[in-house]
Amino acid sequence: MELFINLAYIAAAILFIYGIKMLGSATTAVRGNRTSSLGMLIAVVATLSRSGLDYSWIIGGLALGGLLGFVAAKRVQMTGMPELVALFNGFGGLASLLVGWAEYEKVKVHGWDTSLAGEWFSAAVIAIAVLIGGITCTGSIIAWLKLSGKMGGAAIVFPGQKVLNALVMLVLVGAGVAFAIGATGASAATMFYVVVGLSLLIGVLAVIPIGGGDMPVVIALLNSFSGLAAAAAGFVINNTVLVVAGCLVGASGLILSAIMCKAMNRTLGNVLFGGFGAAGGGSGKAVEGEMKAISVEDAYFVLEAAQSVVFVPGYGMAVAQAQHVVKELGAILERNGAEVRFGIHPVAGRMPGHMNVLLAEADVPYEQLCEMDAVNAVMPSVDVAIVIGANDVVNPAAVDDEDSPIYGMPIINVFEAKTVFVLKRGQGAGFSGLVNTLFFRDNTRMLYGDAKATVSGLVGQFED
Amino acid sequence: MELILLLFTFVLAGFLGFELIAKVPSQLHTPLMSGSNAISGITVVGALLASGQVDGDMSKWLGFAALVLATVNVVGGYMVTDRMLSMFKAKKG
Repeated sequence: MELFINLAYIAAAILFIYGIKMLGSATTAVRGNRTSSLGMLIAVVATLSRSGLDYSWIIGGLALGGLLGFVAAKRVQMTGMPELVALFNGFGGLASLLVGWAEYEKVKVHGWDTSLAGEWFSAAVIAIAVLIGGITCTGSIIAWLKLSGKMGGAAIVFPGQKVLNALVMLVLVGAGVAFAIGATGASAATMFYVVVGLSLLIGVLAVIPIGGGDMPVVIALLNSFSGLAAAAAGFVINNTVLVVAGCLVGASGLILSAIMCKAMNRTLGNVLFGGFGAAGGGSGKAVEGEMKAISVEDAYFVLEAAQSVVFVPGYGMAVAQAQHVVKELGAILERNGAEVRFGIHPVAGRMPGHMNVLLAEADVPYEQLCEMDAVNAVMPSVDVAIVIGANDVVNPAAVDDEDSPIYGMPIINVFEAKTVFVLKRGQGAGFSGLVNTLFFRDNTRMLYGDAKATVSGLVGQFED
Repeated sequence: MELILLLFTFVLAGFLGFELIAKVPSQLHTPLMSGSNAISGITVVGALLASGQVDGDMSKWLGFAALVLATVNVVGGYMVTDRMLSMFKAKKG
């Protein structure tokens, strides 16, 4: 029986690997996701076939969790996707923490399992599973609170924060080591609870100083952590499929975080420990000129004559739920003879690929979605670039102001277009707190007001 | 020896993960993330074993909580990814 279960785990691992591979291409992604879910089903069924299990609890747990997951997945709005992914992530992390804890409770009754290595090893992997799981759990919950607006998205920084975090981390690691070394000693249980408590605390402390615009990196990283937590839990219960699947996710999440960091021209350390936009920002050249507003009517006349239009969406479009009217405007412009494209910055929004999901929901044709480099190449020939709720990702200071904190970050070069319309709520700065020099350029016109209302207004003009 | 094999597996899986993801177009980043997030719910296997123990009150309760959470992660993660991806597909056809 044990052999059969292990063979099934191998099959599951193969399906996970194929699943992830297929998720990497648009044509096979749907099948990829289903392939990996089949792997999960096989792993679960194989585990259930183990003899001596009490099924009543298992069925209850599966039914309750399945129902909750089903309802959440069915009801979520596409704009609410980043926070849901963050929340699921937190659940996965907490589950791994609890698996580690449950194992420790078992140890308290039955004694340490030393079949892999000494007690110290079992204790150490339990501590690691709890540590990573705990950070993932509370870190994701803070990310969820920030993304869903239940908590301000701004970075929360206070004096001595880094010292405090370092201190907590130090005590945490110390307690973990003490737990592993003294696994059979009298103080082991105390040390264990210290590890549990502090890992949950450090997750909160680590994510509160990170601002909303850095969330794509944080989510990708927490995703990686949830995988590593599962892998650690795999070492705890000596289970290969947990180790393989967890490590795959850990590695892929890490790659994704690195891609996001590159798109912001920053290092991971800078994102995590920089407290960007709260303490550092504000430098850079003084801006000359003034912001010039334009009415919806005048904007309509410009658009009507445009041969080539690029939309550059950002988080503001998600907030205003404007993706459907934007798509409508795009379709009208196309009927009017213009070439329509959407220029998507890799870190636009609050999650890797966030804008693509929203525009896909609104049925924007796939061919119109362009990556940053592709759209930058044609930008000088573009008549009108329409910036909808994006800010830092179109700030020319990243290109021409060496003193700017975002200098060097790749941006969508909308300033090269003949005319730029910026849809914006008010005159404030972006998330980073930086003044956007784009707004002061001669070829830029500001369309103030709610993005959805403004775009609807434009659509209305075309229909009249 | 078994420990070394397990560590070996871990390291190889890590390299494989890096290789698999390196060239994903940015359009697919969200589904990729939520899809791999669902895979990290594999910890459900550990939760099943813990909650299915015949004895051990505390351990069983912890396992049960882990099972509920991990199942939410798995079921919700796969379904939401499927929903997103079917939108991508509908558009193409």
